[in-house]
Amino acid sequence: MRDFSKCSSCKLCEIACSLKHEGMVWPEASRIRIYELIPGLPVISTCVQCDDYPCVSSCPFQALSTGEHGQVLVDENKCTLCGTCVYACPGKIPRIVRGKQSVIICDLCNGEPECVKICGEMGYHALQLVNKPDGEIVKNYLISPEDASFKLLAKAIGEE
Amino acid sequence: MKGVWGRLLEVDLTAGTSRSIEIPEKVYRMFLGGRGLATYLLAREFREKWRFLDPLSPDNPLLFLTGPLTGYYPGVKLSVSGKSPQSNSVIGSVVSSEVAIELKASGFDGLVLKGGCEKPCYVYVENGKVEIRDASSIWGLGGLQLIKQFNSLLKEDVKADPKTPFVYIGPAGENKVRTAAVMAKLAHAAGYGGYGAVMGAKRVKAVAVKGYGSLPPVDDPESLNTLFRSALGNIKERMKRFRQWGTTEGTWHTGYYLSSMPVKNWSEEWHNVKDFSHVGFELETWVKNPWADWGCPVACMKLSIAKWKGEVFITDNPDYEMAAYLGSNLGVFSPRGAVVLSSLADELGLCGIQTGNVMGFAVELYEKGILTRDEVGYELKWGNVECLARLMKDIAYRRGIGEVLAEGTFRAARLLSEKKGVDLTKYAIQVKGIAVGAHGVRSGKDYPQPISYALSVQGGDHTSVAGFPVNSTESEAWYSILDSGVVCMFTVLDDSTLLEYLNKVTGWGLDLGEFYDIGRRIITLQRILLLIGGPDADWSVKDDDNPPRFYEPLPTGPYKGSALKREEVDELKKKYYAEMGWDEKGIPSEETLRRLGLEEFTPMLNMLH
Repeated sequence: MRDFSKCSSCKLCEIACSLKHEGMVWPEASRIRIYELIPGLPVISTCVQCDDYPCVSSCPFQALSTGEHGQVLVDENKCTLCGTCVYACPGKIPRIVRGKQSVIICDLCNGEPECVKICGEMGYHALQLVNKPDGEIVKNYLISPEDASFKLLAKAIGEE
Repeated sequence: MKGVWGRLLEVDLTAGTSRSIEIPEKVYRMFLGGRGLATYLLAREFREKWRFLDPLSPDNPLLFLTGPLTGYYPGVKLSVSGKSPQSNSVIGSVVSSEVAIELKASGFDGLVLKGGCEKPCYVYVENGKVEIRDASSIWGLGGLQLIKQFNSLLKEDVKADPKTPFVYIGPAGENKVRTAAVMAKLAHAAGYGGYGAVMGAKRVKAVAVKGYGSLPPVDDPESLNTLFRSALGNIKERMKRFRQWGTTEGTWHTGYYLSSMPVKNWSEEWHNVKDFSHVGFELETWVKNPWADWGCPVACMKLSIAKWKGEVFITDNPDYEMAAYLGSNLGVFSPRGAVVLSSLADELGLCGIQTGNVMGFAVELYEKGILTRDEVGYELKWGNVECLARLMKDIAYRRGIGEVLAEGTFRAARLLSEKKGVDLTKYAIQVKGIAVGAHGVRSGKDYPQPISYALSVQGGDHTSVAGFPVNSTESEAWYSILDSGVVCMFTVLDDSTLLEYLNKVTGWGLDLGEFYDIGRRIITLQRILLLIGGPDADWSVKDDDNPPRFYEPLPTGPYKGSALKREEVDELKKKYYAEMGWDEKGIPSEETLRRLGLEEFTPMLNMLH
């Protein structure tokens, strides 16, 4: 779960994610992305674990599967970086990053996400882990960062 | 080499080419990066010719540098420097911008812009590949409008990722206003130094950088991770008031308790307007709190919005410096008024400190009848937001009286003194071309010391004050290390923690003495360039002084009557020269240069003797 209004846009979640998965500070290889297109009004973007997993079913090489926490798992040996999953995702969340041999998708750190931990440690709680509600509701988060940014701006300055 | 890549990306705007320059590890060990590295590179390139380099010619290099701590130490700062059109020396200006992170993720420790473009352009760097593109569609823009349009332009023109950060200039930079800043993220500015004008002289509207790689490897990643997590917690705990109130806390506290806040061009340093405080700003203007920069646990920013005369003004906090310089210094004591002026400064791409200072100078001259309504074209009045907004725009566009004021306080005072045939420099609250930051020294209650501004190699810069003890976190050596590391002064804990961090990143194993020597080396070399100066102003021992007003007694507040004492300042000045290894004229001695490993610059001393 994510709360845009609580996010300070400090991006420590991106740092924590790349430290956990890559063992180094590598913002582009973070599975969570904070878009700050309008300064001060960040948009949080990461995998929402859709019920129907269009990414998993789209993969021509069966490189994607789901884990016990509902996370998407990537088989590094099977992934060919073809990009089909990126197009299948309603939010274009999976990422192909230069220097990585397989696509990157949030794996919920096997149930204990580092991003949620550091966000809590910093006292923001903009990210929280919750049980997934039924239905398509989570997909509502998959709005493009550009659209979300402009809506947040309109709200902040009180435009209709 | 650990923590750094050992190379910079140099772009020749005139030729439209770029190349990689290798920097040996020894240079990083001596100067770190950022401000220190910029000073070294400029001194080595220009040497005695420094005196003839016009800061506003395209020949002046503009350096955007990172340091070994960039991306590893919590928080982010990008160092911006070159020859300053304010002080004619090197000012290590910093701005919170993710351009610093993206540069390092591109495999470079910095970007150097040389030469200039014929037509307005922007520079786009992706993984070290440089494109110089037409910027005519965004020339003239500032603030939110620029951010929106440049984001779209980047997407259409170079297919940039939406997460591509950039630094830019507003109209003031385009018009080569000496108080123009290099801007980032709407309300962030590398203000001290006037590098917005340097960028404008090159006709570079913006620099956008994207890197897809990781940051360079560090020497001891495991202990660095532990150190990172504990530093985050410690910084957050130590700075929790900034999390809540930001530096806006000082808006009332510094004025009322410390009595060191500029009020009406420093004619007073005390005020007791309770609504002009963090609570006033919170109730009237804050719409989001907190707001943080990359990797920062402090989160001192707050998003502010004010509506005034049918327009929306959006900015950060404003922070203490803005609230002081675009508030109390101009007689404005309303949160909304300060937000309007701060937001306008952001939009025009002006440094709020330097511009608020020269505006205060102008209003005082008007009140004293020295500047007339005929010369200005309208009435100037303390606290009148409408006329102050008009004056600020005139400065940014160099219109009318703005043409003179756009030269900054020091040069405006010199020009107007000549024109009027009277000495107006006593109303100019600046040191060596740099307007003094909003922390006064007369009450003796704030952090700067009596010689802090007088002896700083960055003049009135409140983020680089000179002080005793000379090897401590009170010293300018310390501040120069922060600007070279490059780290934010609000996320640092103490010198030993920062040194431990530096050693874990680089593997250099420095001790505290060697650590402070880095700072001494940087400011000694900056001092040489400062004294060489030129072409339109230079400084000598007599300029190692405070603004005349600081020797006049405070007229109001709990420290009424308090002032700096000339004898005390002179005494401290002698002591400082001696401890820094500078002679009685403040010129670094040959022996000092030898001790700091700066022998190669010894011939430059001949110009000073």
